[in-house]
Amino acid sequence: MAIEVRIPTILRTYTSGEKAVNGDGGTLAALIDDLESNHVGIKDRLIDNGDLRRFVNIYVNDEDVRFLGGLEAELKDGDQVVVLPAVAGGAR
Amino acid sequence: MLTISRATYDAIVAHAKRDHPDEACGIVAGPEGSDRPERLIEMVNAAGSPTFYEFDSTDLLHLYKEMDARDEEPVVVYHSHTATEAYPSVTDVKLASEPNAHYVLVSTREHGDAEGPVEFRSFRIVDGEITEEEISVVAALSPVG
Repeated sequence: MAIEVRIPTILRTYTSGEKAVNGDGGTLAALIDDLESNHVGIKDRLIDNGDLRRFVNIYVNDEDVRFLGGLEAELKDGDQVVVLPAVAGGAR
Repeated sequence: MLTISRATYDAIVAHAKRDHPDEACGIVAGPEGSDRPERLIEMVNAAGSPTFYEFDSTDLLHLYKEMDARDEEPVVVYHSHTATEAYPSVTDVKLASEPNAHYVLVSTREHGDAEGPVEFRSFRIVDGEITEEEISVVAALSPVG
């Protein structure tokens, strides 16, 4: 099973500079664990206390995973996953 | 240092004034690795707030796919503060996720959406550290090559 995961600039320190890596998993949670096994430290940038981090956006085939069940979103061979940190900020 | 064209500078200021009292936000894209802010893209502040901004997650994906197809990257990420100084806040620093970008802050606290000068400052935010930089506003970016 191969799922392409596109990695944003700020997380490429975990992938030796690669913009895209392959991963495996029947759900997003499983995929993230698989990524962690090859790119140690990346999981903590995506998940906090068992939940997807609020300001990290993850998309499966161009849909925000928040609409697909979050960490339980189901994945299949050939899916494309994109990770994009939120662009956000505020007065304080 | 940030080098930016007068037209882009004016457009960012106009956007900030137009969206006041909500925070305005957007980016200026340029060819990857060029440090040339060539293409202004105003974004909708999905938070619609006077004290917070966030690009809608679907808008964000479309933006990055478009830049990727054009071999561009975000050279400037800008937003406005509407009642505080044009300086990155704690939240701005915590959420700064483009290490190569110039973070431009505009403050409309003095004149709001009316005529009058704004504060316009530029910073690098890398690994939690803020470094202010000079801004050079030019008639036009120098031709490439």
